Amino acid sequence: MSINRKEIEELADLAKLKLSKTQASEVGVAMNDIKQMIDLMNEADVTGIEPMFHPMDAVQRLRSDQVTDQSHQRALLSLSAHADNEHYLVPKVIE
Amino acid sequence: MIQLSIREMAQLLRDKQLSIPELCSIYFDRARAFNQQTNALLKINCDIDPAELLQAEEALLDESKLLAGIPLVHKDLFCTQGMVTTCGSRMLENFVPPYDATVVSNLKDQGMITVAKANMDEFAMGSSNEHSAFGSVQNPWDLTRVPGGSSGGSAAAVAARMVPVATATDTGGSIRQPTALCGVTGIKPSYGRVSRYGMVAFASSLDQGGVMARTADDCGIVLSAMCGHDHKDSTSHPDAAWQWNLPTLKNLKGIKVGVVIDWIDGLNDEGVKQSTIKAIDTLRQQGAEIIDVALPHAHLAVSAYYVIAPAECSSNLSRFDGVRYGHRSIDTADLETLYVNSRSEGFGEEVKRRIMVGTWALSSGYYDAYYLKAQKIRRLIAEDFNKVFEQVDVLAAPVSPEVAFKQEEKADGVSMYQADVFTIPASLAGLPCLSMPIQSVHGLPVGLQLIGRYFDERSILNVAHQFQQVTEWHKAMPEAYK
Repeated sequence: MSINRKEIEELADLAKLKLSKTQASEVGVAMNDIKQMIDLMNEADVTGIEPMFHPMDAVQRLRSDQVTDQSHQRALLSLSAHADNEHYLVPKVIE
Repeated sequence: MIQLSIREMAQLLRDKQLSIPELCSIYFDRARAFNQQTNALLKINCDIDPAELLQAEEALLDESKLLAGIPLVHKDLFCTQGMVTTCGSRMLENFVPPYDATVVSNLKDQGMITVAKANMDEFAMGSSNEHSAFGSVQNPWDLTRVPGGSSGGSAAAVAARMVPVATATDTGGSIRQPTALCGVTGIKPSYGRVSRYGMVAFASSLDQGGVMARTADDCGIVLSAMCGHDHKDSTSHPDAAWQWNLPTLKNLKGIKVGVVIDWIDGLNDEGVKQSTIKAIDTLRQQGAEIIDVALPHAHLAVSAYYVIAPAECSSNLSRFDGVRYGHRSIDTADLETLYVNSRSEGFGEEVKRRIMVGTWALSSGYYDAYYLKAQKIRRLIAEDFNKVFEQVDVLAAPVSPEVAFKQEEKADGVSMYQADVFTIPASLAGLPCLSMPIQSVHGLPVGLQLIGRYFDERSILNVAHQFQQVTEWHKAMPEAYK
């Protein structure tokens, strides 16, 4: 079953992307080609196989609960196109 | 000078036959001169940074710091404090990081000098370097051909000897494939060997920093300096620190090299096939025992990878929303529009395509059928490698099924993705891999891939080093850049 135009639009919405009609059409063709390629996985019997989410099969390590770094507020805020001295600025969300 | 090894350059500097500024000026001049043809570099520094020079002069007093004063370029996804880091994307066109990636700071500590940032496929997504927002990179061996990707700028820069060393990253082959197509040597270490802190993330369970240089020995020296445990990266291995030393043995006696016969038999390009067979025969002549092995699930690797990598990409790239850093659209009526317009204007077509695929693979109804299944196949592939490494020390394999292809030859994404068929399996398993030049076919380089056990970079570097003691391919360079 191929990925249809409606699904492409829903996915673009989820991914917060705006696609023109031409782009949506091109992405649709590309995604169906990719789907055909990844459907090769169907031939594999994976019954009883544990998924391998990470090559190290590691568990997340925890560090001690201590302050180890200084505040970089000013340096980080300066990277934003719209910020004042203390905040990132975005269009009004609540009236 | 441009054919000297790191050890030879280090000796000249210590013997005061050459100063650090004199050495670096050779490479700064070459970088500026050859970038017009290759577009390998995005931002070339005007001159040596005074702070880096001071650090290099101090490092030169320490005999153990072989890299003191050696110039390099960083792939433009390593954050460099105060120096634009674009990741090949309009999204980060004006991003000036307030900190250095751990790889960058580790190499600065050794006294290396930053010449430039290297061009790359946008967010490291591509195998041809045609997906950079700042123009494609041309292969120095033939400017009408691609250098490979995504670390195509790094590979082209070393191939044209614009620098002796370049950092790079590999997610599904992004060090090995451009290394092969440009005729240089490059190593992708084991996952967890090199800190990912300050590396712009594409697929977090696959991304790994590495290095490209002329020889295996040069790669080993730089990798030793780059690696080590980093508390800032929770996926950094506690035993990541490692030191490369030149092997004392002068042959490969006692080394068992596995060969996946199906992979070599399946090569359609006769030049690549014969080069690979000949290189393996050279290893045999050097004393290695060649053993046929099988990786029965490896043919599923590309399919699994193109579920896992886009899924991780769609998650990682969700951080680019136009608020905290990166491109911000001027058309921002409300918060939703700010997000959508900033992302749609900032990302290129290939990045959008992969975000869409990842969003689809993770969406309701498809997670089990695709994402979970891909992770199970990943386990099968890793187990295949584990079985093979019970019999052999190193695997020898092709890197790319073909030599460098023409620009715009592979317009269809899937045909480009299939070119990673030999590099992706080891990436999924997190294994160390290396690519080295073994031959030239119609004037274009061919590479051989060496894959090692997890955390056994030494064996693959040793085999490559021994090969380079009896061959000259690593010394070959494009005529126009001599």
